[in-house]
Amino acid sequence: MSTTGEMSETPTNASASEARPVPRRSNWRRVRTLQGIAYALPTLVFVSILFVLPLLLVFQMSASSWKLLQGNKGLNLPTNFTAISSNQLFWPAVVFTIEYTVVVTVLLIGLGLGLALLVQSSGRWVSGLRTSFLLPGAVGLATASLLFWGFYSPTIGPISPPLMELGLIHDPIQFFLTTWGALLSVVFLIVWKYAGFYMLILLVGLQAISPELMEAASIDGATRWQAFRHVTLPLLRPSLALALILCITGSLLAFDQFYILTKGAPSNTTVTLVQLIYREAFQRQNLGTAAAISVIVLAVLLLLNAIQFRGLRVGRAS
Amino acid sequence: MTIRSSSGFSRTPAYVLTGGLALLFLFPMLWAAIASVSPQGGTEQAIGYGLGNYQTLMDFGGGLLQTFFNSALVSVLTVALTLAISVLGGYAFARFTFPGKNVLFLLTLAILMVPYATILIPLYVFLGALGLKDSLVGLALVLTLFQLPFATFMMRISFEAIPIELEESAYVDGAGSFAVLRKILLPSVVPGIVTVGIFAFLAAWNDFIAPLILINDTNKFPLPLAITVLRQQTMGVIDYGATEAGVTVMAVPCLIIFLLLQRYYVRGFMSGALKG
Repeated sequence: MSTTGEMSETPTNASASEARPVPRRSNWRRVRTLQGIAYALPTLVFVSILFVLPLLLVFQMSASSWKLLQGNKGLNLPTNFTAISSNQLFWPAVVFTIEYTVVVTVLLIGLGLGLALLVQSSGRWVSGLRTSFLLPGAVGLATASLLFWGFYSPTIGPISPPLMELGLIHDPIQFFLTTWGALLSVVFLIVWKYAGFYMLILLVGLQAISPELMEAASIDGATRWQAFRHVTLPLLRPSLALALILCITGSLLAFDQFYILTKGAPSNTTVTLVQLIYREAFQRQNLGTAAAISVIVLAVLLLLNAIQFRGLRVGRAS
Repeated sequence: MTIRSSSGFSRTPAYVLTGGLALLFLFPMLWAAIASVSPQGGTEQAIGYGLGNYQTLMDFGGGLLQTFFNSALVSVLTVALTLAISVLGGYAFARFTFPGKNVLFLLTLAILMVPYATILIPLYVFLGALGLKDSLVGLALVLTLFQLPFATFMMRISFEAIPIELEESAYVDGAGSFAVLRKILLPSVVPGIVTVGIFAFLAAWNDFIAPLILINDTNKFPLPLAITVLRQQTMGVIDYGATEAGVTVMAVPCLIIFLLLQRYYVRGFMSGALKG
């Protein structure tokens, strides 16, 4: 971006040039516009080539016969979409992804709020607590999944071997034997990793509530629960809505944790939507149907976000 | 709430309770580090404590050093690209008016709305067409794309927070717009740059699904992919010890960065949470 030299001819700023003749001012404006475009150019190029074009391509792929190895074999419009309904994994994946999202969202927002209330005040002890709660968030999701894969293992993990040593159980606990066992094992990992993150978001909201309001409530004779229910919660609505949007979106797109921990076990009952997309594309090698599922997920997500953003706006207005 | 409102000796249970909770959050990471050096049948570290599991990592596939280098290269490239694009872009969005400015800004934010997998499938085809199949540079480009919404937003609000008077006098003195950016604005947005850098590094270092889809050559695997493949490698016997050693290798840089720069990390979430 060698825009350094161009400016030396017009060493003024917009307000100082008010008194100058019109041509110079419009020249300054034109130069500023060109400079703005120049600085935004890398963003424009990047977003166009790596985002807009691929996005258009995914729509084209969803409407085409497009195999991983053979490439594009032309339009076949409704085929990829009609194939979805006959895909035996599709509806179970939809149901399972929704179940997972509900469980994770309830637990994460609940626990996040609890932790935020716990670390509201300042001081060394509390800031130490905050750091401990936030620390798992710095570790990657794949790393955390691999960590818990060992954590739940019957041989090396800290759960089964000590219990067996103590004689409390005879055989190691099988965490991934049932669908709910597998689901809750993943949920525990996710709550561990992300609780601090939601604590932080809700903490921002809590700290924006003026202490006078809480004092006024207690002077008026409100119990702590009443103050929380009728003062804190309503004022926390924007932060809660943001946490909700992030949590629901993130959970609906879950992949790493299931790919690494459960691999669909037991018998493909813990396959999420994104895992299904991955399977279609790279195991069944059908990019067309994978793109079709992607387009549907994208549409649902956009709809959901639009609804939630409206909720957020309403929450702010009231 | 619990701690602030209680006082005197009634505090002790609160300390025990909250301290226990903190330990619960720290325990899995401590366990992984200890397990990686503990004796365990079926691993390289069969008897006594030691670094046998790390030795397994050194010898596996492309080797730990190569894998570590791959991860480091992708992370450094992603951080550099993200910073270069978002600093210039943030400056453009904060200080200039040009046609299409709002559309481009919203389009950049819209990257957040599109699921990772939705965009990775066409990108897989697309990078192939660009000659970037199986390339760490291609991977860094994709990871940079996913950093752009947060990075551009963060840099824009960082530039907007600087009073405009500073630049005006520089312009009167005949400085160009790039000189103004470099000499006057850049020092003021260092906190924003650090925040964007941390997030870009953590995302690139830890990403799993993008390399899973885009990289096939085992010699080019970044750490998370290599460790995931490692545990599937030895048929029948699963090497948990080496896996936890890999977990430790991956986690330590992240934890160090987090502990050193926690202030900036928290700041990033705060700005996001405040502006919604």
